[in-house]
Amino acid sequence: MTRVVPARPMNRVLPARLMNRTLPCVVGAVLIALPFVYHAPYPLHLMIVVLIWSFAYTSWSVMGRFGLVSLGHGGFMGVGAYGTALLWNYFHLTPWLGVPASMAVAVVLALIVGYPCSRFRITGHYFALVTLALSAIVLQVATASRDITGGSLGYTPERVQGVAGVLAFQFSDKMTWYFVALGVWAVGLLIRWRVDHSMMAYALEAIAEDEDAAGAAGVNVTAEKLKVTALSAAMTAFAGAMYCQYQMFISPDTVSGISVSLQMVFAAVVGGIYVLPGPTVGAIITILLAEGLRIFFGTGALGWDNLVYGTLLVVFIIFLPQGLVGAAWNKLTGGRQAA
Amino acid sequence: MFDIYLLEAAINGVLLGGVLALLALGLNLVFGVIDVVWICYAELIMMGMYGMFYLVSVFHVPFLIAAVLSIALVAMLGVLLHLLVIAPLLNAAPINQLLATGGVLAFLQALATVMFGIDFRNLGIRMPVIEVSDMYISYARLLAFGTALAGMVGVYLFLSRTYTGTAIRAIAQDRQIMPLMGVDSRRIYLITSAIGGGLAGLAACLLVLQYDVHPFIGLTFGPITFMICVLGGLGNMIGGFVAAFVFAEIISIGGLYMDLEWGYVFAFVFFIVMMFIRPRGLLARNP
Repeated sequence: MTRVVPARPMNRVLPARLMNRTLPCVVGAVLIALPFVYHAPYPLHLMIVVLIWSFAYTSWSVMGRFGLVSLGHGGFMGVGAYGTALLWNYFHLTPWLGVPASMAVAVVLALIVGYPCSRFRITGHYFALVTLALSAIVLQVATASRDITGGSLGYTPERVQGVAGVLAFQFSDKMTWYFVALGVWAVGLLIRWRVDHSMMAYALEAIAEDEDAAGAAGVNVTAEKLKVTALSAAMTAFAGAMYCQYQMFISPDTVSGISVSLQMVFAAVVGGIYVLPGPTVGAIITILLAEGLRIFFGTGALGWDNLVYGTLLVVFIIFLPQGLVGAAWNKLTGGRQAA
Repeated sequence: MFDIYLLEAAINGVLLGGVLALLALGLNLVFGVIDVVWICYAELIMMGMYGMFYLVSVFHVPFLIAAVLSIALVAMLGVLLHLLVIAPLLNAAPINQLLATGGVLAFLQALATVMFGIDFRNLGIRMPVIEVSDMYISYARLLAFGTALAGMVGVYLFLSRTYTGTAIRAIAQDRQIMPLMGVDSRRIYLITSAIGGGLAGLAACLLVLQYDVHPFIGLTFGPITFMICVLGGLGNMIGGFVAAFVFAEIISIGGLYMDLEWGYVFAFVFFIVMMFIRPRGLLARNP
């Protein structure tokens, strides 16, 4: 498939190439080298958490950037986390198979909700509210079936030690986890990059502009939307499974429900949903902010982090809807749409 | 076979439906007129419930006066929400408006956590339970149902009988033309926001009799309110009214056979199924 490269004025080519080619290599090298130089447990833990959530936010933005603002991703994340943990505890199915199975369930759910939405032109706030029902369902089911999932008290996958840990996708070593999370995050960015530069992106951008016109121009609106929805749901379920395997504890409120869905949207919007590193930057900002406030205020910090980022979200949407990275990118490239 | 428990659940469902219909009405009104969804609607209710709690339990204000003050408080919050968040975004993409009110949701939840703590609080008013031939019907629910209906009739009369009400309905029908007809749309938006907030406040006064208030109570009512509005057709007030009772019956009767939470699950599943059958709302014509 050939990629259409828009003509750019000469003086803009250089920074763009720098951003697209050199920067990822430098950042990648630094991130790989980092834990060998500096590996205190707490910063390493923070970085792992940031990487996992960055992957989740990136997964959301894969469809979110095309105007498909879903509030159902908390549901997909919950399915990924609970699916993997339940299959492991009850059927001793290794997460190597359990994760794909949970992802498949998430995709099926995504299609069940996505199909009527794309078929009947449910878009914009309608779409957000319908998908919100999905995350509410997953939250309620996880809470209500407390005999199986432990309800709101949470759930823990059974631990194994030693070599069997590989089979159980459990690593006691934070270094291992760091590289796993780093790899997953990088793959997440790669997937998003591929989607952004595919024919699908052109179709979806056209759909976001005007569905009727896109349909008339020969775009299969339903199919294109469902493809990107399924992809995004599968990635998010994977993020849920990662979270579960790393934290070894999940509860309905931390992996599903509206709060998680909104949290994904917040972080992605603050960073910028139209640029590749946006959701990652959003994750760094929100998680460091929450941790910083927690350390600063101690246990009195309950609520302060949300107070700050609720305000931030409102301020960003009003004054900087393209997000931090998006705004910076526009400055650098003179308002051109980001790659 | 006649089942007394089923009848009891059905009656409780009707009573719950009244309150849900009131919740949906405020949201529908705001959506119909201003074309924004207040995702933080249930959090406004939560603030109203805290208002009631502090006025009644801490400052010992008589219940009715406290109710009036709480309604005024939430109406003011509605106006503030419009002025600070919605007005700057009126011409932005609809989804940005929704996300901004999502930010307000997080803000209000956090504000309540910081200000009031995460303890569950209640008024400590025990309402009597009425016993009719082996069925138990809570007086609080009956009162809520009656007040909700009265509130809805009030809004209906206001919209249909007054000049301002007519202007509000006209704006909802055509946003572009009405300013040319001499209607000050900014003023109408403010009035609508105040009424929307006031209805949330009224709901708060009724809910505080039945539920403990805590910073996350909004998450209990929020999703269900949005689903009722979508099921009835966003902005369609009669649709929302019907949908509220359908939902309440499913929750109540579903909760009879299994846990109450499963009642909610059934209602949500019903909602998604209905999206296939009637994507534009219960009362809308099929596309």
